[in-house]
Amino acid sequence: MTRAACAALLSHWRRHPGQCLTLILGLALATALWSGVQAINAEARASYDRAAAVLGQDQLDRLTREDGLPIPLAEYIALRRAGYLVSPVIEVELSDPGARLRLLGIDPLTTPPEAQAPALVGGEISFEAFVTTPGRLLVASETAARPLPPDLPPLVVTSGLAPGTALTDIATAARLSGRSDPSYLLVAPVQPSGLPPLAEATDLTLSTPQSGSDIGRLTDSFHLNLTAFGLLAFAVGLFIVHAAIGLAFEQRRTSFRTLRALGLPIRRLVTLLAVELTAFALIAGLIGIILGYIVAAALLPGVAGTLRGLYGAEISGQLAFRPVWAVTGMGIALIGTAAASVQALMRVARLPLLAPAQPRAWAMASGQAMRGQMMFAIGLFALAFLLGAFGTGLIAGFACLAALLVGAALALPSLLTALLRLATRFATTPFREWLLADTRQQLPGLSMALMALLLALAANIGVSTMVGSFRGTFTGWLDQRLASELYVTARTPSEAAAIRAALRPRTDAVLPIVSAPVTLAGQPAELYGIADHATYRDNWPLLAAAPDVWAQVAAGEAALINEQLSRRERLAIGDPVTLQPGWTLPIAGVYSDYGNPVGQAIIGLDLFTDRFPDVPQLRMAVRVPPDRVPAVVDALRAEFDLPAANLIDQEEIKRFSLRIFEQTFLVTGALNILTLGVASLALLASLLTLAGMRLPQLAPIWALGQTRAALARAELARTAILAFLTFALAIPVGLALAWVLLAVVNVEAFGWRLPMQMFPVDWLRLGLYALLAALLAAAWPAWRLANIAPSTLLKVFAHER
Amino acid sequence: MNARLWIPMLLLTTGQALSQGFAGLGTDAEGFAVPAPDPQFAFPADHGPHPSYRIEWWYLTATLTGADGRDYGIQWTLFRSALRPEEAEGWDAAQLWMGHAGVTTEDAHFYAERLGRGGVGQAGVTPDPFEAWIDDWAMISTAPTGADALSALELTARGADFSYDLDLRATGPLVFHGDEGYSVKSADGQASYYYSQPFYEVSGRLTLPDGPTEVTGSAWLDREWSSQPLSADQNGWDWFSLQFADGARLMGFGLRSATRPTYTSATWIGPDGSATAYPDGALRLTPLRTESVSGRDVPVEWRMELAARDIDVETVALNPQSWMGTSFPYWEGPIRFSGSHEGRGYLEMTGNE
Repeated sequence: MTRAACAALLSHWRRHPGQCLTLILGLALATALWSGVQAINAEARASYDRAAAVLGQDQLDRLTREDGLPIPLAEYIALRRAGYLVSPVIEVELSDPGARLRLLGIDPLTTPPEAQAPALVGGEISFEAFVTTPGRLLVASETAARPLPPDLPPLVVTSGLAPGTALTDIATAARLSGRSDPSYLLVAPVQPSGLPPLAEATDLTLSTPQSGSDIGRLTDSFHLNLTAFGLLAFAVGLFIVHAAIGLAFEQRRTSFRTLRALGLPIRRLVTLLAVELTAFALIAGLIGIILGYIVAAALLPGVAGTLRGLYGAEISGQLAFRPVWAVTGMGIALIGTAAASVQALMRVARLPLLAPAQPRAWAMASGQAMRGQMMFAIGLFALAFLLGAFGTGLIAGFACLAALLVGAALALPSLLTALLRLATRFATTPFREWLLADTRQQLPGLSMALMALLLALAANIGVSTMVGSFRGTFTGWLDQRLASELYVTARTPSEAAAIRAALRPRTDAVLPIVSAPVTLAGQPAELYGIADHATYRDNWPLLAAAPDVWAQVAAGEAALINEQLSRRERLAIGDPVTLQPGWTLPIAGVYSDYGNPVGQAIIGLDLFTDRFPDVPQLRMAVRVPPDRVPAVVDALRAEFDLPAANLIDQEEIKRFSLRIFEQTFLVTGALNILTLGVASLALLASLLTLAGMRLPQLAPIWALGQTRAALARAELARTAILAFLTFALAIPVGLALAWVLLAVVNVEAFGWRLPMQMFPVDWLRLGLYALLAALLAAAWPAWRLANIAPSTLLKVFAHER
Repeated sequence: MNARLWIPMLLLTTGQALSQGFAGLGTDAEGFAVPAPDPQFAFPADHGPHPSYRIEWWYLTATLTGADGRDYGIQWTLFRSALRPEEAEGWDAAQLWMGHAGVTTEDAHFYAERLGRGGVGQAGVTPDPFEAWIDDWAMISTAPTGADALSALELTARGADFSYDLDLRATGPLVFHGDEGYSVKSADGQASYYYSQPFYEVSGRLTLPDGPTEVTGSAWLDREWSSQPLSADQNGWDWFSLQFADGARLMGFGLRSATRPTYTSATWIGPDGSATAYPDGALRLTPLRTESVSGRDVPVEWRMELAARDIDVETVALNPQSWMGTSFPYWEGPIRFSGSHEGRGYLEMTGNE
């Protein structure tokens, strides 16, 4: 009996291979998007952990100076000679515009074993080569493959290092960076017996490793973002699965009844169906994981670019297969299938043995259920409003987004019904009136697919509005911020002086750019000194300012801080900001500083050189009429033999910055398009389901004299109407989404708030896409209707199936 | 004496196949100076480092008795190993330093190791005033002006579970091994400069996990430098220092070879410091009993015969598990001997695989 039942159930899929394909495709796509996003996140986390584990930073205490400056060599030696087991590290960043490399110089003779420095004795790396000139740089294979600063010692490719980081001997790091004082000291966990506690022996700050890396915390928001997108894609994918399972169960209703009548126990039937669905889930899950891997591998370089651009976080551009996300991907495929099919299975379980088939019964959701949905949706809107208005933190932001989207999806059927009812009043012919009424009547069957479409469209509008607003603000900001025409970096202080002297007669102004690392509000930050010049007064993008802000800064009486710092620490104009221990200035202005993850402050140049006399003035911004830039560049290049990287004009920096920006949102765009594709598939699956069941409704119209072609056109028109209405409703939802993204999520994730801009042309294009997608989805069912055998329609009257 | 350490230290620093047979030449292929016969020592300069030689050490061992009546042994060693035959300032590593410290009791053995590079001040040796140090471990001269810098020392070291602080006062002169301090190490002619101060009286304090103990006893300092490894066939080293009841001392070592008989050498030191060197073969060393130490079979009882001095003794380790599990592991600990003579001494064994 079981075997016969199996054969009967499976024969359905043989006869409907398209349906089988839809089901598997839907499930596979949903799993693919979800597990792809998870794979990217897993890869990024692994990269952060690797970076955090370099030199045992995840478990070793460290000694640093409170002001963030290097520790004098003598202070390190004094600690060693007092008996403490501390080990010096010189950490510097070698950078020119095209290449960046973080250099970690260690002293392998004193590095604690817990730092897990690569084995230098008995390993493939020669200790002598490592510690003697020119030294060696240990790097990951992908670091070796990318462009690097010039004149480096020989590279040795080693596993276990984060990309963009080179491990080397402290002497090599000292030579390449020109400084010999350690950046910080690693503290061995076991100190010799009989010594006073280390904290009592030094003024340096002892910091214990924190759980989770800094960069991991910084990028949490980005990964949460990705996860939210993955979840959205998965939810949309589930609509397809739901529709496909609904269709398959509906069409097999007669088989179920026959099998039951032949004596198959209901429990066994349900079990068989569950087994069948599980098999589908496993196959589709496997395909999904493979697809997910492909999606992730394709997107990862973009994500890596994003993270590097936004946070300076280095992640590997190569995807490793990690069982964790594969297993979770399979799990989510199974859970998703269960969620999508539970309703259908319950219906089968309750199927009355001898009752006549009621093909339309399940689709006829009662008005009461719709009202319930609407009430729930209103509740969610209220929640979204409260979260948006009063919530704090990234989680609240995303919860607000979720409430908004789910509420909109739940409200959709009621809203569409209302709109269609309204439209009926303006119907001029009975056929049109029937069309609208019939559309309304079909809504419950299509609502799932339409909800999916709404989610996809709203997400698309929301995210593209956010990205568009960001791009608009960002380009405007770049124009302000990069007011100088030319940026020059000298190699030595004397060369800098010579360049300044050479430039002065040929240009309008030469403005030095100097900076020093400082600690602002307990976090690493950058302090800049700027000259008193119209370039800043006229262009600098201030968000808030005291009346005489530039005079105060020039006089060394006040500082400017960036928006990130201002928001994070809730600092406003007039508040004091501590730039170094015991050195505090009032804040005279807050400026926007997009694309920079850390805090920043600006003071007058004179005050800066007073405080940091040792910081060399190597960089300078040059004001020169744009048409004379090439001449000045050529002259400087000829006179000082400066490398290309040390002479950059404004246009080049802008191009570079915009490229980073575009890269940043590459992934978002790709996920957007994929989501829309998935939603279209859901629509197709739902329409196919309905097409099979709707013959009893269509047959009378046909019998009344409408041609099959006219009916098919009506089908297309109906789908177009629904898609258009859904799109129209998606616009306000999408804009609300964009507002939450800009005003809540962005502020939490990046520390800046952006003004919202509208892009109606983009909406129009998206509307056309949606219409096109809906028509494509409706085309096949409509074509089938146009070519249906009249006898099939007649049969509706002959027997009630 | 620490011959076995030559090999790994040289491997560590040059990473290339050992060269040999440079005896008698002024420098080797990489520009390092090579010991030559008839040395002329100049003090205090020669108590300090000789950076143009590859390898050098300040090696002190002491047999001690605690106020509790128990026997103890301590070791304090500073090794120098050159990457280049020069001194360098800053992080640029031309000279590497390695410190070993150990404390042995009947039932426990404590040890610690420190590494560092010269040029930044973490480790080094200055001849005048004399100080040898790595981190907070130090051997500092407390000798009065005019006296030999090594005639009085303060010695400190500290590990995770032990520390000591000892005062040393020499009751005899420096002693030069081999031919006036030129000590031959193999039949092929490998040699080093080698002298000792074997006459220290010691007092001070050991601090072990159980608490501090006041100790007294006697100590022996070896000074040795060279640029030459052992012969290629030599694979290990057994070094003895013995103190006799009348104040006489005996230094003896055997260099084990895979293909030839063990190469032995000995110096008899009279109570007045007069030294008599004995050539290869005069000293006979016979292992009597081995024990498994850190997974190796190590001879912990020996028969020592020096017929020329009517010496025929058997040595027993205070603690057979005196294993220095440092980067380059070896056995080093206090011994007692009996037979024709009785007394205490120190034993070092390397190359026991």
